[in-house]
Amino acid sequence: MAALDDVQVKEGVDQETVEAVQSVGGKYKYGFETDIEMEYAPKGLNEDIVRLISEKNNEPEWMLEWRLTAYRRWLQMEEPEWAMVDYPKIDFQDQYYYARPKSMIEKPKSLDEVDPKLLETYKKLGIPLKEQALLAGVEAPEGDRRVAVDAVFDSVSVGTTFKDELAKAGVIFCSISEAIQDHPELVRKYLGTVVPQSDNYYATLNSAVFSDGSFVYIPEGTKCPMELSTYFRINAENTGQFERTLIVAEKGSYVSYLEGCTAPQRDIAQLHAAVVELVALDDAEIKYSTVQNWFPGDEEGKGGIYNFVTKRADCRGDRSKVMWTQVETGSAVTWKYPSCILRGDDSQGEFYSIAIANNMQQADTGTKMIHLGKNTKSRIVSKGISAGKAQNTYRGLVSMHPKAQNARNYTQCDSLLIGDKCGAHTVPYIEVKNNSARVEHEATTSKVDDDQLFYCRQRGMDEEEAVALVVNGFCKDVLQALPMEFAMEAQALVAISLEGSVG
Amino acid sequence: MSAKLKNKGVVPSITVPEGGKWVTTARQTAADLLSETGLPHRRDEYWKYTDPSTLTAPEATPAAIFESDEALPFADVDAVKIVFVDGVYDAAQSDALELAGVEIETLADAAQKDIHWAGSVYGVLEGRGQNPVSRPLASYNTAMAEQGFVIRATGKAAKPVSFIYLHESETSDAVIHHTIKLDEGADLTVLENGPAAARINAVMEVEVADKAAFHHVRAQGRDHERRTATHIFTRLGTESSFKSFTLTVNGVLTRNDAIIEFTGDDAHATVAGACAGDGAFHHDDTVFVTHDAVNCESRQVFKKVLRNGAVGVFQGKILVKPDAQKTDGYQISQGLLLDEDSTFQAKPELEIYADDVACSHGSTVGAIDETALFYLTSRGIPHKEAQDMLTLAFLGEAIDEVEDETLADDLRALLEGWMARRHG
Repeated sequence: MAALDDVQVKEGVDQETVEAVQSVGGKYKYGFETDIEMEYAPKGLNEDIVRLISEKNNEPEWMLEWRLTAYRRWLQMEEPEWAMVDYPKIDFQDQYYYARPKSMIEKPKSLDEVDPKLLETYKKLGIPLKEQALLAGVEAPEGDRRVAVDAVFDSVSVGTTFKDELAKAGVIFCSISEAIQDHPELVRKYLGTVVPQSDNYYATLNSAVFSDGSFVYIPEGTKCPMELSTYFRINAENTGQFERTLIVAEKGSYVSYLEGCTAPQRDIAQLHAAVVELVALDDAEIKYSTVQNWFPGDEEGKGGIYNFVTKRADCRGDRSKVMWTQVETGSAVTWKYPSCILRGDDSQGEFYSIAIANNMQQADTGTKMIHLGKNTKSRIVSKGISAGKAQNTYRGLVSMHPKAQNARNYTQCDSLLIGDKCGAHTVPYIEVKNNSARVEHEATTSKVDDDQLFYCRQRGMDEEEAVALVVNGFCKDVLQALPMEFAMEAQALVAISLEGSVG
Repeated sequence: MSAKLKNKGVVPSITVPEGGKWVTTARQTAADLLSETGLPHRRDEYWKYTDPSTLTAPEATPAAIFESDEALPFADVDAVKIVFVDGVYDAAQSDALELAGVEIETLADAAQKDIHWAGSVYGVLEGRGQNPVSRPLASYNTAMAEQGFVIRATGKAAKPVSFIYLHESETSDAVIHHTIKLDEGADLTVLENGPAAARINAVMEVEVADKAAFHHVRAQGRDHERRTATHIFTRLGTESSFKSFTLTVNGVLTRNDAIIEFTGDDAHATVAGACAGDGAFHHDDTVFVTHDAVNCESRQVFKKVLRNGAVGVFQGKILVKPDAQKTDGYQISQGLLLDEDSTFQAKPELEIYADDVACSHGSTVGAIDETALFYLTSRGIPHKEAQDMLTLAFLGEAIDEVEDETLADDLRALLEGWMARRHG
């Protein structure tokens, strides 16, 4: 692999190993393209495009107004430059803001009517929508956990599985475009209350042009009977994906939500600017897990996804709890800070993150924990791994307001460097205005331990395997926080994304 | 990354003082840079937690003189004493400028000459420290300073040089610039104490050549209303050592910047500070350590005790450049909040481009440990005394960074005095 040619091989690593590693290369498994007829909105961005998106989604007037307000605000905003990422300026007029498969113009009533090509795409990605749906009526074998999926393809939601079964429990799980029509009162009540329209440059852009996404509503006292998940797929070229997710957990409810993302391998970078809003009321708990594996660009840094995402949870209720877990292995550039506003007394926020940047990837990610309520607790565990020529930054804020009596925070952010051409950076902000609050922050940066590697190699592992094992050990705290079926996948992903990084 | 001043502040129109060739060049370069960057303001990333407006205002805010019968720190230390009154060198109150192994000259004298060794340091280290973060107050100082000393240590100094900054006029506004060069193998200790003026802008540039060792211990004056902005710029050669410690008690506004650059292998640097603030007290330590050599070690140890609305700020950064392998970087910042009104803000940063390094930072904030307090009170120690003991122990960990025991004891005594008066 190209990036390796420049890496100085350390003493003791034989040439054969290096060649073997090079031949493996950094393959991106999900780089294929689905050949499907698409319908696009005209290129570029203006008020007409905003109106068109709203019209395509059959939206009520208030939604259009909401979008236009955001758009007008966006025009006055400046692109943020503070992150430690470097990329060519985005031409916002050289993008498509709406793309949907032609077969989706008439919305299929059930998965049976969905274009087989689309279903095939998801199957290839490891998400057999149809089979899942068929199984819906069948009693699941004991111990087999099922996952309901909302599949988003470019700008539209293809379908949502297990909808009926969820409805029986009172859970609403549908695309946000459907929710705007079917549950306008709920959407109107919560949309933009966690991430306001004018929150930041990319969130404002999203507010203007978001095309689809998922909506989840868990009624009072309900434990969602299965894991919910959304799978985002970017397929069309030159198309930005702007999805919006809103999850509302009523008093005493519980939901675990998974999110996965992939995109085809292309030379030109694509923009993805999502907004995720979580609302947790009294005693509610939301577990939000992400495996982000957008196309990271090639070894030269060509192409890839610019992942500029705003995710925020509002722990509005007393004793509410939100847990963010993320495994970030993809994207050319990541700019993402899943945060918690701990407003309710005794509320809790947790953030577990693994960010892996290889080749020319750049990641600037972290979290914000804003403690407003009494006895609020937060915990941050962040593991950043840099390899190749990548730059990986942890950026976080822990803020203890004067009224956050007895609030607690513990932060641990560790960085691991593999190779001498990459960078690992830590930029935490700690603001404490309360003496009963306790804040602890720890950070370390190191390289993969030679002794540990030697130990593994001595037992017959090749270097690549050994590094994967050591790195998985380094990530253990975070991997354990993932839902079980995800943890195994993430572990494999960690190994895959580091392929070819051993020097 | 753009840590440069993005929102250009007020650009002061300044005319640099007259002088010889070397100093005029340095002053003009700094003035030109300042007109590019402008003065800092609150929207700048590195002034986010500290409002610089009173430091950049055309006139200094008057500050009352603090009357006290306590002895000056380091009074018993045998040193060459150099006294400044309101930022102006007072030869009459000072010792003769004679010290074996050391050349001491006023900046004013050195500035008369067209060629001077100080030309390789003055404005040069400060200029290197302007990237990637602008430091406009230091540019202003380099451009305008007429007070200060140029000191060159050629061997091991027989005793320390001790600067004493007296404050006598309520409206004084001081700009002091010291230029220090340690030749290969030299060893020098510089002490500083006193409030200096109602407002002081001080810069110290220290070039530490191979195998040389520089020690710096500072006690900033106790005048409640003084405003202070200091910068130390240092560049370290192979196997050299730099140690700086600052104790701050009182002062309405203090901003201490330390900019350290490793250019030679196997060198060591420590910057440490302890501060105790009560009421209208804002204390900001901003440190930027650049590792650009192999096998160097840096330590940052900062402790702040705050009460009655006092604010403590720590912004520390370790930058490890791509070839700075085997770097050992350590950073700890801790805030102890004695009541509900105080604030501690920290931004401990790491920026690392080399893989074979061990860098760590830690930051904690909280109240006094209730368990420890209970332990002491249950053994009959009155509550207040127990609190003082724990506070002193907390700050003591920073004072431990001072090598010289006599100096460390002086600092401890100063702190104990402060504790005692709190209850008086």
